[in-house]
Amino acid sequence: MFDLTGKTALVTGASGGIGGAVARALHARGAAVVLSGTRRDALDALAADLGSRAWAVPCNLSDADAVNALVGEAESAAGTGLDILVNNAGLTRDGLAMRMKDEEWSAVLDVNLTAAFRLSRAAMKGMMKRRWGRIISITSIVGVTGNPGQANYAASKAGLIGMSKSLAGEVAPRGITVNCVAPGFITSAMTDALSDDQKSRLLGAIPAGAMGTGDDIAAAVVYLASMEAGYVTGQTLHVNGGMAMI
Amino acid sequence: MSDVAERVKKIVVEHLGVDEAKVTENASFIDDLGADSLDTVELVMAFEEEFQCEIPDDAAEKILTVKDAIEFINANAK
Ligand SMILES: NC(=O)c1ccc[n+]([C@@H]2O[C@H](COP(=O)([O-])OP(=O)(O)OC[C@H]3O[C@@H](n4cnc5c(N)ncnc54)[C@H](OP(=O)(O)O)[C@@H]3O)[C@@H](O)[C@H]2O)c1
Repeated sequence: MFDLTGKTALVTGASGGIGGAVARALHARGAAVVLSGTRRDALDALAADLGSRAWAVPCNLSDADAVNALVGEAESAAGTGLDILVNNAGLTRDGLAMRMKDEEWSAVLDVNLTAAFRLSRAAMKGMMKRRWGRIISITSIVGVTGNPGQANYAASKAGLIGMSKSLAGEVAPRGITVNCVAPGFITSAMTDALSDDQKSRLLGAIPAGAMGTGDDIAAAVVYLASMEAGYVTGQTLHVNGGMAMI
Repeated sequence: MSDVAERVKKIVVEHLGVDEAKVTENASFIDDLGADSLDTVELVMAFEEEFQCEIPDDAAEKILTVKDAIEFINANAK
């Protein structure tokens, strides 16, 4: 089950914690992976570590032209069409809405939502022709629950969910599924920096009593990317230790 | 002219999986050839690729029959 041999995936934000885990998991299942992000060193290191079937293709997702070219570049690097797109790159610019600047709003929307739309649009063309495709976007629990201080981020993540449901309806007859994975609290460089006190307060809100890991998210992505999940589309898979049951 | 017509018909046959004989110039993609809205988008993309031209949305909306496609391409392709 869940064999991805012969499939090619593009993972954005592969230089980050969750994206790196996703790329490794897809690769371990046999997929060829194109790794994107802005930090070339981190991408090259991951590609070298994976060995074969892995290429680094940097792209700044806030640059519209670069985003529109990325799917083509990924296909040239891999020498095949793209079968799996994982929109994982994301950033935050937190602050109370009353003090939030237009630039902070648009920086987050541009990368988290607009880039995901542009990449999906480009990827769907080839997937339509080949009658197979998987588009998976990493949203967030806060896209469903909201979160004070994250109006921009929560809007971008809720936007991914609405976008995915719409695309799912458009391309379902062509064997393409479009889904989201919504992480709750996942360990990262950011959460490592929290004090023990802060951590224990956070954990109190998670029934499972622990933060999740990149691998927890990667497993959900592998499932949605698989042949076996072909009848699952327009869904959001929440991976959050029971933090919100929706 | 005939060359364009042949290439258009070939694309239609391939994409819609219909019998060549049914692809007459007056055939409507949706009413006669069983295309759905997604098929028509795919056809337009295939024409753009084959004839190296861009078909804007407002023009694409008016391409309803095989003849419409041939005429548009004759008028606009390089
Ligand atoms: N960690 C959590 O608890 C959590 C919870 C819910 C949702 N998520 C979501 O999970 C995804 C991955 O997060 P993470 O925890 O792995 O964070 P991370 O380690 O900070 O990774 C973020 C990734 O996004 C990329 N990125 C940011 N801005 C970019 C830009 N302008 N152009 C191209 N790439 C850009 C970064 O690439 P470079 O560093 O190379 O620029 C990096 O690889 C994000 O969408 C995040 O919103 C995370």
